[in-house]
Amino acid sequence: MPNDTANPTQTALERARSPSGQSPMRRRIRRFLDHRLALLSGLVLAFLCGLALCAPLIADMLGTDGVTADLFNRLAPSSASNPLGTDEAGRDVLVRLLYGGRVSLAVALVTAIITAVIGAAVGLAAGYFGGPLDSLLMRLTDGVIALPLLPLLIVLAAVDLTKLGFTPETASGQNANLYRIVVIIALVGWTTVARLVRAEALSLRRRDFVRAAIAQGAGPARILFVHILPNCASPLVVATTLSIGNIILFESVLSFLGLGIQPPTPSWGNMLTNAQDIIWDSPLLAIWPGTLIFVTVIAFNFLGDGLQDALDPKALSNR
Amino acid sequence: MIRFLATRLLQCLLVLAVMSFLIYALIGLMPGDPIDLMIAANPDFTSADAARLKALYGLDQPLLKRYGNWLTSALGGDFGYSRLYSQPVLDVIGPRLANTALLVGISLALSLLLAIPLGIAAAARPYSVIDYLVNLSCFAGISAPPFWLALMAIMLFSVTLGWFPAGGQAPPGASIWEGIQHAVLPIGVLTLASVGGFTRFMRASMLQTLRQDFIRTASAKGMTRTRVIYGHALRNALLPLVTVIALSFGTLFSGALITETMFAWLGMGKTIYDAILGNDFNLALVGLLMATGMTLLGNVLADISYVALDPRLDFRAEEP
Repeated sequence: MPNDTANPTQTALERARSPSGQSPMRRRIRRFLDHRLALLSGLVLAFLCGLALCAPLIADMLGTDGVTADLFNRLAPSSASNPLGTDEAGRDVLVRLLYGGRVSLAVALVTAIITAVIGAAVGLAAGYFGGPLDSLLMRLTDGVIALPLLPLLIVLAAVDLTKLGFTPETASGQNANLYRIVVIIALVGWTTVARLVRAEALSLRRRDFVRAAIAQGAGPARILFVHILPNCASPLVVATTLSIGNIILFESVLSFLGLGIQPPTPSWGNMLTNAQDIIWDSPLLAIWPGTLIFVTVIAFNFLGDGLQDALDPKALSNR
Repeated sequence: MIRFLATRLLQCLLVLAVMSFLIYALIGLMPGDPIDLMIAANPDFTSADAARLKALYGLDQPLLKRYGNWLTSALGGDFGYSRLYSQPVLDVIGPRLANTALLVGISLALSLLLAIPLGIAAAARPYSVIDYLVNLSCFAGISAPPFWLALMAIMLFSVTLGWFPAGGQAPPGASIWEGIQHAVLPIGVLTLASVGGFTRFMRASMLQTLRQDFIRTASAKGMTRTRVIYGHALRNALLPLVTVIALSFGTLFSGALITETMFAWLGMGKTIYDAILGNDFNLALVGLLMATGMTLLGNVLADISYVALDPRLDFRAEEP
């Protein structure tokens, strides 16, 4: 870690001039600020998750459910019973934002865990076994990364589940949209994790402790899951945190385009679907959900960044 | 060189072939089918007529057979008719491809024009105020949903300020000025959406280069910081950026789809979206394949330029 401790043989001038060298004070300030941002992001996320969890309570308090349309109370300004006003169908915006947050956050967390599992499996297999399996899996990963994902996600989102052999009840069920969006984003989202875990596994499998385990007669499963996987935890956690932001973005854009979470279930993305048409009359309807997506995504990105600094100091200087 | 090129192109063709089958199969899984759509408009059709039509168009055959038929005619240059536009698919796609190329090309150029100096400025003084501002803006750019950026841009520049039209394209006979006015917002939004990633990468790449031995040597010789950065480090730091640009073609195209849909820009992205939603199977299939093909081609071009730019790399090193 060349930049971690001040090199006593360096003169002050050299330290000032060397590309990534800074005075210890500035380094501390930077770490402090960095962690502050990550810390702040963590708090913001906890607050948002808490609010989303409390959505039914708040809805009860306000006496609305965010689903029933009230056409006599359309596009109402903010008031005591509708703190953020109502939308084009007279539904309370705050309650819908909270319920939307539940959906968006739950989808993102579940999808992120699935992508982490797929990515870790692909990465471990490629990195540990190497050879043709490695080239095959990595070609596949490169291929998925290079594809124009959004158009493909749109096709996947438009697929008629009954043609895949699902019963019409399952296909049109309330939760079918949720499962569908989780599955299709997980199908394309695992690539970053896979690449990172592969790189890690590739270097770990040559380490002495792995060789020692092999010498002791440990099988591949034991080596992979007991010796290699735990050592991949840092990049895995960081990449998964960072991927949550991307997943929220994908979900919101698909829902916005009418192919993700379907109304009447609110999500931050589909709350924006009608906003463009009435942007002249009620711009706030377009601002709220977008701001929440933006804040959540940037918070997850800062959190991931802070985790990277904390867990993986080697990568610190590479950013 | 030729062998390297041939391998890469062959790989691309293979991927494209696999993708064409996958997309063909997926499109077949979308709701509705062409015959049902024909019948829907005509009450005199009976189900017997429908079955006869299905047989006539070969729709009653198994998937592989149908794909084979499609492939044969596609290789012969016949991609079928578009249902939405009642034109041969290629006639629909031609001008739209040009529109997307314009949008993506200009945005990519603008992003790089912004990202490279910003990345250098941030890397030249790591952890300075400039660095923080650049980093923060990058995070903001990466984290903002592109469709929301577009909404906000429409709100600010079209609704409030009235500077630019909210969407659409200039009519055919319009002046160049009008064309530019229509292009400003879509290009601006797509640039904003992609500049953050490039800047962060440029910064990282520059930082890494500045830590190398030859930079220390240059500094030790007494060269000024400016000469070290622009004379020695820049060329080396730009190299990895080429790969990133290549890998970003797919993302750029996804961004173009959103921007085009938001601003009613008649490009490939909007065409594909409309085709999928409008059950225009032929058009969606060719559009998706073309987008995939262009992305893959971009990757090959970048691979080639990467190897061509860096004399240390060997073409054979690419082959496992």
